[in-house]
Amino acid sequence: MSPGGWGGRQLPSTDVTYLDHAATTPMRPEAVEAFTAALADAGNASSLHAGGRRARRTVEEARESLAEVLGARPSDVIFTGGGTESDNLAVKGLYWSRRAADPRRRRLLVSAVEHPAVLDTASWLARHQGAVLELLPVDGTGLVAPEVLRAAVGDDPSSVAMISVMWANSEVGTIQPVAELARVAHGCGIPFHTDAVQAFGQVETSFAASGADALTISAHKIGGPVGVGALLVRRGLELEPIAHGGGQERDIRSGTLNTPGVAAFAAAARAARAELPAEQARLAALRDDLVRRVLTEVPGATLNGAPSGPGRLPGNAHLTFPGCEGDSLLMLLDAHGVECSTGSACSAGIARPSHVLLAMGADEAHARGSLRFSLGHGSAARDVDALVAVIGPVVERAARAGELAGLSSRG
Amino acid sequence: MGRMKVLAAMSGGVDSAVAAARAVDAGHDVTGVHLALARTPASDRVGSRGCCTLEDARDARRAADVLGIPFYVWDLADRFESEVIDQFVADYSAGRTPNPCVSCNERIKFAAVLDRALALGFDAVVTGHHARLDPDGTLRRSVDLAKDQSYVLGTLRPEQLAAARFPLGDSTKEQVRAEAARRGLGVADKPDSHDICFVASGDTGAWLRERLGPRPGPIVDAGTGETLGEHDGAYAFTVGQRRGLRLGRPAPDGRPRYVLELSPVTSTVTVGPAEALDMRSLVAERIVWPHEGSVSCTAQVRAHGGVVPAMVTARGDELDARLAEPVRGTAAGQAVVFYDGDRVLGGGRIRSLAG
Repeated sequence: MSPGGWGGRQLPSTDVTYLDHAATTPMRPEAVEAFTAALADAGNASSLHAGGRRARRTVEEARESLAEVLGARPSDVIFTGGGTESDNLAVKGLYWSRRAADPRRRRLLVSAVEHPAVLDTASWLARHQGAVLELLPVDGTGLVAPEVLRAAVGDDPSSVAMISVMWANSEVGTIQPVAELARVAHGCGIPFHTDAVQAFGQVETSFAASGADALTISAHKIGGPVGVGALLVRRGLELEPIAHGGGQERDIRSGTLNTPGVAAFAAAARAARAELPAEQARLAALRDDLVRRVLTEVPGATLNGAPSGPGRLPGNAHLTFPGCEGDSLLMLLDAHGVECSTGSACSAGIARPSHVLLAMGADEAHARGSLRFSLGHGSAARDVDALVAVIGPVVERAARAGELAGLSSRG
Repeated sequence: MGRMKVLAAMSGGVDSAVAAARAVDAGHDVTGVHLALARTPASDRVGSRGCCTLEDARDARRAADVLGIPFYVWDLADRFESEVIDQFVADYSAGRTPNPCVSCNERIKFAAVLDRALALGFDAVVTGHHARLDPDGTLRRSVDLAKDQSYVLGTLRPEQLAAARFPLGDSTKEQVRAEAARRGLGVADKPDSHDICFVASGDTGAWLRERLGPRPGPIVDAGTGETLGEHDGAYAFTVGQRRGLRLGRPAPDGRPRYVLELSPVTSTVTVGPAEALDMRSLVAERIVWPHEGSVSCTAQVRAHGGVVPAMVTARGDELDARLAEPVRGTAAGQAVVFYDGDRVLGGGRIRSLAG
C-alpha cells in the first residue's frame, strides 16, 4: 500500500496490513481535496443568496457526476446520510407507498443474505406495519436464482409490495444477476431495489442497465467520507419519505444537504470509475494470489461464495478455517497487525455466526470459523505477504482454543 | 515476574479496569476482554446489577481505550447459561442455596476463559478480584476486609490459580477508586455491583417462579409437625429467612419462626425457632483440600460473613468440619472456605449441616 494513497483516513501505523476495505476504505486524495475545499466555503444549498447558489452548484455538479458514473439521470440521485438510510428509505418508502395505493400489497420479497440495513428494516415492517416478509433462499454460493424469485412471487404478484436483492454480498462477495432479477420483478409489475454498496466501485454498476428501480450506494466504501450515501430512484417511482422536513431531495428526503460530503462522494466516484477496469483486474489477481497462498498454508481452509471470476467481487476473499473460531483468528491476526473481519458483529462487539453463511447452508461451526479479507485501492502484494507469513501459526493456535470450545476440526 | 502476555477480564467496573491498568504498568503485554454472559444483554445498567449490559461492555471498551490496550468481547453466553444459570435453577429446585459467583469463577472465568486464553498464547488472566495471590500459589484475603473476595475464589483448584493474577489485593477499594480517577478512567465512580447479575429484577423468587412454575406445598412446624400455612414453591425461600412466611398465627410461645429446611421432593418448608438454625458441623463435597489429617482453622460459610473456629478432616472426596461456635442460617449448596488467618486453606460445597 502506498502511504500517499491513503488520503484523509489514516491507518494507525505503516506496519498495519489492512484487509478490511469492505468495512471502510481510506479516503481518496481527490475526495479529501473536494471535501476540504467545500468545508472552507460556507453556504446552505437551499439558500437563495450567492453563498447558497455556490453550495447548490457544488451539490448539483456532484449529482451530475455521480449520475454519469452510475449510468443514471441526475434527477435519479437522492443524497442521503449513508447506505443504511438509503436502504431504509427504499424498503420502507416503497412498502408504504405501494401499500397505500393497494392495501393487498403486503409481501416483501428480500434475499436471505441481505445486509441488516435491508433485512432488519423488512422484519421491522413485518412486526409493526403489517408486512409479510418472505426471505428468498440462496444457493450454496449465496446466489438468488431468477427462477427462485419467479417462484417466490408465485401466481399472486399483485400482493407483493417490493423486492430487494443486493448487487453483491457484503460478506462473501457473490454478485447477483441483478438485471435478470429486475426483469422478473418488472414482468410481474413489482418495483425492484438493489443494495449496491459493496458492488459500486468494485465492478461496473449501471443503474440504467441494471433495470433496478432503486439502488443504494455509500461514499465511504469507495474512498469518500462516512455519513454520505445516495439512493437512486427511477423517475416516476413513488416513495414515502421516512423523515419529514424541508423536502430538499425531491420531497423524498429532508435535511440540509451535506455539500462537502456529496462533493467528496462524487470525487471519489470519479476516481474509482477512472481506474475501475485496471483496478478490477489487479485486485482480482491479488485476491486469487491471497486465496491460493492461504490455502497452501492452511490446507483445510475453504473459500466461501462464488469461484473467482465475474460472479465474485474482485477484492473479496471469504474463507472458513475449520475447527477455529473467527473471533480467535481475528484477535491473533490483529496482534500481528493484520486487520480483517469476521463478517458480522452485534452492537456489543460479539462475533456472531454469519446469517449469510447459514443461509448458504453452512452449519454454525463452519459459519463461526470464517474470516473476510477484503482488498481495495492501495492494497498491494506486501499485504498478502504479511497475511501469508502469519496465517499458518495463527490458525494452529486458534484451532487449539477451538478444541476447548468443542469445535470439531471437520469441514 | 518478567514480561508476560496477559488477558485482562474487564467487566466494565472500576476494579477490573484498575487491575488491567496495573498489569500494563507492570510492563506486561495486556489484552482486554469483556465477557458477554447474557444472551440478550440489556442496553443499560439498572441499579447495582450488571456486568452483562451493553453499557458495561461500553465502559470496559472505554477503559481499554484509556489504557491503550487491544480490546475484544468474548461471547460466553451459552457456557454461562449451561454452567451457571442452569445449575443455579437446578440447585434451588433441589432445595440447595447456590452461590452463582462461585460457579462463575470455577467454571467460566477460571475455566472456559482461562483455558481459551492459555490456548491462544496468553500466560495469565488478570481480574479485579479483591484477594491476594502469593507467588507460591497461596490465596489470601484482601487487605480491605470489607471488600475481600477470597471466599468466592476459595474453591479454585491450584492449577486454576496458577495462571491467575489479582493485582488489587494489596489495596483498599477506596484506593482503587482514587487510582481510577487519577488515571482518568470514567468508571471511577461507578457503583459496586452486587446481587445476581442475571436476575435483572433483583427478585430471585419471582425469577425462579418463572422458570420452575408453581410448586405449592405446606409450611410445617419443626416441633409439632403441624401445618401452619401454604406456599407456592419452596425455591422462593432460603434457610434462615424470617420475613414473608405469611403464617396466619403466631407461634404458641410468641417467638419468631424461621425457615429451617427445604424439602423439594415433598415441597415442604419447615420452620422453627432461631436456635434450631444453629449448625455446629457440616459435610462439604467437591472439595479443594490439599491437607492431611485434622486441621484446626477457621470457616467462612457466606460471602460477607464472619469466621468461626473449625476442625476439618478430609474423608475421601468429602470433608467434615466441626465448628467451635454455631453458624446460623447456612444452607446446603453454599460454599465453605477455610482459612488460617488470612490464608485460604481450601474449601468445598456444603452438602449437609447438623446442629
